[in-house]
Amino acid sequence: MLIRKAPDIRPSEITDEHSYLNRREFLQLAGFTAAGTMAGSLAAAEPSGKPFPKVAKSPFSTDEPINSYEDVTTYNNFYEFGTGKGDPYRYSQDFSPRPWKVTVSGECDRPGEFSYEDIVGSHSLEERIYRLRCVETWSMVIPWVGFPLADLIKRFEPNSRAKFVKFKTLYDPAQMPGQRRGVLDWPYVEGLTIAEATHPLTLLTVGLYGRELPNQNGAPLRLVVPWKYGFKSIKSVVSIEFTERRPRTSWELSAPREYGFYANVNPQVDHPRWSQARERRIGGGLFEAKQPTLMFNGYGEQVAQLYDGLDLRRNF
Amino acid sequence: MRALKTALFATCLLPFGWMVMAASGIAGLSLGANPVEALIHEAGLWGLRLLLLTLAVTPLRRITGCNWLVRLRRMLGLFAFFYVFIHFLVYSVIDQRLALGPIVEDIIERPFITIGIAALLLLLPLAITSTNAMMRRLGRRWQQLHRLIYPIAILGVWHFWWQVKQDIREPLIYAVILAILLGFRIWSRQRRRADAAGPPRSASVTGLSRAMHELQASPAPRK
Repeated sequence: MLIRKAPDIRPSEITDEHSYLNRREFLQLAGFTAAGTMAGSLAAAEPSGKPFPKVAKSPFSTDEPINSYEDVTTYNNFYEFGTGKGDPYRYSQDFSPRPWKVTVSGECDRPGEFSYEDIVGSHSLEERIYRLRCVETWSMVIPWVGFPLADLIKRFEPNSRAKFVKFKTLYDPAQMPGQRRGVLDWPYVEGLTIAEATHPLTLLTVGLYGRELPNQNGAPLRLVVPWKYGFKSIKSVVSIEFTERRPRTSWELSAPREYGFYANVNPQVDHPRWSQARERRIGGGLFEAKQPTLMFNGYGEQVAQLYDGLDLRRNF
Repeated sequence: MRALKTALFATCLLPFGWMVMAASGIAGLSLGANPVEALIHEAGLWGLRLLLLTLAVTPLRRITGCNWLVRLRRMLGLFAFFYVFIHFLVYSVIDQRLALGPIVEDIIERPFITIGIAALLLLLPLAITSTNAMMRRLGRRWQQLHRLIYPIAILGVWHFWWQVKQDIREPLIYAVILAILLGFRIWSRQRRRADAAGPPRSASVTGLSRAMHELQASPAPRK
């Protein structure tokens, strides 16, 4: 069989911007998106965040092909803006991530309230291209911008009782429509052991694609913990608390059988309702095969020693 | 009737046409960032919607008196099967690439998939026996067999409910609609029984029941 090369696209064949921007209305009129699952691809605006002037490369970056800006910014789980994958993009556009305040409290010698500028100001930023594995068995490769959370934590001088770090997302139903419904116990809470939080891979993230974080990706500050399922990488952080006891996280509270505190990516431990052995890399298209999921999302060499002696099947 | 059937046929094919167009990127349509998931969900949802529509025919017919509606029921039911089957095909062929091991593991170990497969297997004999010839051959047993639609619909909604991660709003809507459709049948059966057993409680109820009996008894008018 001969495989013909696709002819070049003539300008007249390209959808003009107006119809492009209005195609959602067209589809809605046609009644096809009632369920909201099958939206035409969302009109991802050109990257609009402010570009960071200086971003260093990192040896921790993967050289796998990165996902498109559109995929990274229109296919999200951020229940504060709705539970559909397109909801965060759709409903976060009016969200205002400035001014921003982070409260640091608990077992540390320098607690206090810090502005976004206080938090980020003195740190030099780097780009980290990480794999992101969602607990729902899809994955992406994303060029984040940030700095090691360890460098930030050092500034607060946690004391010897600080065994865990508890993080909270902003609670503001006026700006975050998803919080008007009790899908989760708001505000969203996540937690890490102090060793996980100060691990060099754990990134306090302020941007992606060289620019400030879009709202739907957790502006202005979020975590990225690349060896754990995506829900551990808490977004729009307003509270950092050092605790002696293990914090109870939102997903753990809502479904303790399905989501554990550790939530390390682990192909051998299935979710009760689906297999975690393989994942679908977003951007591959309809006929791309799934790929095997790697232990600790491929970061085992760096993080496996954190879990020496821990039964990962029980501590999922 | 023929024109109506043709129109319904074309309408029922619209979601499929849209899926094909979106999958091949025609007219700027797209399945989004996760096309496999989008196709599985969309086909499954249309299967469920058509299943509920099929179940809505009898209540609608009794309430409105439009007996000809029953003549559209077979097509609705077959389209329900069509979309449920596409749902299964996308899962087994595109998502799982016909890898028997993982598919069997899914069916055995994941209750929501077990339920889904059960619903599909139960739908199969209904689709096969949907022809006029089979109706004649099976006689009264045909109706008994096709009562399987009730457990199938329950399994379908249950399957949807169990695969949702956290936000049960959408499956809840389907569950409520199904409850109304099944509830109507229980209600109307009890009415008929009460009617047959004892003196009527009120004139209006008798009137309604009698009207229903008449509707059931009267042959479908030809167009």
